[in-house]
Amino acid sequence: MQIYLPIAEVSVNAFLLLGLGGIVGILSGMFGVGGGFLMTPLLFFIGIPPAVAVATEANQIVASSFSGVLAHFKRKTVDLRMGTVLLVGGLVGAALGVMVFNYLKAQGQVDLLVKLCYVVFLGVIGGLMFLESLNAIRNVKKGKAPKRKKHNWIHGLPLKMRFRVSGLYISVIPPLIVGVLVGVLAAIMGVGGGFIMVPAMIYLLGMPTKVVVGTSLFQIIFVTAFTTMLHATTNFTVDIVLAVLLLVGGVIGAQIGTRIGVKMKAEQLRILLAMMVLIVCGKLALELLLQPSELYSIAAEGH
Amino acid sequence: MRRILLAAALCLAALPAASEEVVLGLSSDTVSINTNFDGSEILVFGAIKRDAPFPAEPPMHVIVTVSGPSEPVTVRRKEKKFGIWVNTDAVEIDSAPSFYAVSTSTLLGFALSDTEDVRHRVSIPRAIRSVGAPANIVNSETFTQALIRIKSRSNLYQLNEGTVSVDEQTLFRTSIALPAALTEGDYKTRIFLTRGGAVVSQYETSIYVRKVGMERWLFTLSREQSFLYGLLSLAIAIFAGWGASAVFSLLRR
Repeated sequence: MQIYLPIAEVSVNAFLLLGLGGIVGILSGMFGVGGGFLMTPLLFFIGIPPAVAVATEANQIVASSFSGVLAHFKRKTVDLRMGTVLLVGGLVGAALGVMVFNYLKAQGQVDLLVKLCYVVFLGVIGGLMFLESLNAIRNVKKGKAPKRKKHNWIHGLPLKMRFRVSGLYISVIPPLIVGVLVGVLAAIMGVGGGFIMVPAMIYLLGMPTKVVVGTSLFQIIFVTAFTTMLHATTNFTVDIVLAVLLLVGGVIGAQIGTRIGVKMKAEQLRILLAMMVLIVCGKLALELLLQPSELYSIAAEGH
Repeated sequence: MRRILLAAALCLAALPAASEEVVLGLSSDTVSINTNFDGSEILVFGAIKRDAPFPAEPPMHVIVTVSGPSEPVTVRRKEKKFGIWVNTDAVEIDSAPSFYAVSTSTLLGFALSDTEDVRHRVSIPRAIRSVGAPANIVNSETFTQALIRIKSRSNLYQLNEGTVSVDEQTLFRTSIALPAALTEGDYKTRIFLTRGGAVVSQYETSIYVRKVGMERWLFTLSREQSFLYGLLSLAIAIFAGWGASAVFSLLRR
C-alpha cells in the first residue's frame, strides 16, 4: 500500500515503514537507545530527503521512548532524579553543540566530521563494551562473583546527592558533565544520544544496567521533543504522516522490547548493544573506505 | 533576377508550412496528489490545423516536453583523500527542473537541429541551466551529466524517443508517466512541430500538480502554523506511546 507523504513529497510503502518502526522500537525498548542512528540511514535509503528524515525521526523517537518509559515506570526502573540531572546537562550541551556545529559548517566538511565522529565513538564505545561484557559473561560461567563498583576519585567530589533508584550516593558533577558531553555530541551528530548515554551511565557513573535503560529513555523524550519543535518551526521538515507510520510500529516494538529486556541478563543486554554499535560503526567505516558506486550526489539548495 | 524569383518562390512555398498550427488536448490538466497517490499518467493528444495542403517533404515531427518547477541544486563529487572518500568539488547548477520529460516521434537529434535546440531548450542537458562552475573545476559538464544520470534513474528525467505516434501527418498522441515522487507546481507542457530540424509551430500550456484533501491541509498547516503543527506531532507521539503502553498492560491482565 503506497502512501504519499505531504512534506517529504515522495510516495512510500506503508507496511515497510510500519515494519522498520517496529524493529527500531524493539531495540529502543531493550537497550534504551532512541534508534535514530539506525533509522535515519534506513530512511535515506528508501528515498526520504535527509532533512525530513532527521526531523521526523526525532518525532518518532518521542513516541517510542514514551511508550518504553511507561513500561519501565511500572517496573520502577527509572531514576527520575538522575534523569533530571542528566537532562539539565544535556540541554546545556545541546545548545553548545549547535554552536559548534554552526562553526564547523562555516569551515566546510561538516559531513565528514560527523561521520568520523560516528566511527570513532561507535568503535571505541562498542569495542570497550563488547570486551567488558564478554569478560563478565565468562566470569559468571566460571562462578566468580561480579566485581562491585570500585571506589574511585569520582566519589571524592563535593555536592553529593543520593540517587535511591540507582543505589548511588555520588556528586552531581559527573552526571552533569556526562549530560553536557552527550548533549554536544548529540547535537553535532543529529541523534538523541542514547547509544553514548547508556554506556556512559553504566561505566562512568556505575549505574545498574536495568535502571540505565529506563533513565536513558526518560531523558531522550525531552531532548527529542525539543529537537522536533526546533525542526518543525525553523525548517518545516517534520512529516507527520511519515511520523505516524513509523511510530505506530515503534510504540508496539518498544513494549515488546522492554519485555525482552527484562527477561535478559545485564551482561547479555550489554553485549548485544555492543555488537549493534559495532555493526553500525563497521558500516559507516566501509562507506568511508570503499569506493562508492556513484561518486556524485545532489543536494537541493539550502539543505 | 532569376535568383530573386527563385528565392521568392521558395518563400511562398514555405508559407503554408508556417501556417501549420497545433490544436491540443490533455487527458487532464490537473494532477491531484492525495494520500494514496502513486504516480500518474498524462495523455497528450492533438491535431495539426492547416490552411493549405501540407508539403510532403521534409517530413513533420512532433516533440512534447513536460517540465516541473525549476530550482537551484548543488552537485558534489567524492574523491579519495587520506584513504577515505570525501566530498571535494561542488558545482552549483543555477536552475534544474524537478521533473523533465521529452517525447518525440523520432530520434530527438533527427527531429530537431542543434541551433533550434539551443533556442528552445528542448533536450534534457539544454533544459538545465548552469551558468558557470568555479574556476578550479576542470570539466564541469560531468557534474551536469551526473545530475541527469541520477535523476533519470528515478524516472524524474525521461527521454522517450519515438513514443509520439503521428497519424496521417495530422493527429498525434503520447502518454507521459509521472513518477510517485512528484513535487507541487505548474508543469509547463510544450509541443513543437518540426520540419527538417526547424520548429515550424509551437504550443504551450500547463498541467497543474496540486496536493488535495489531507495532504493539502497538513502541508498548509506545517507552513503557516508551524508551532501548532509541531505540538500536534508531539501530541500524537505522546498519545501513541501511552496508547501502546495501556493496550499492552490490558493484554497482560
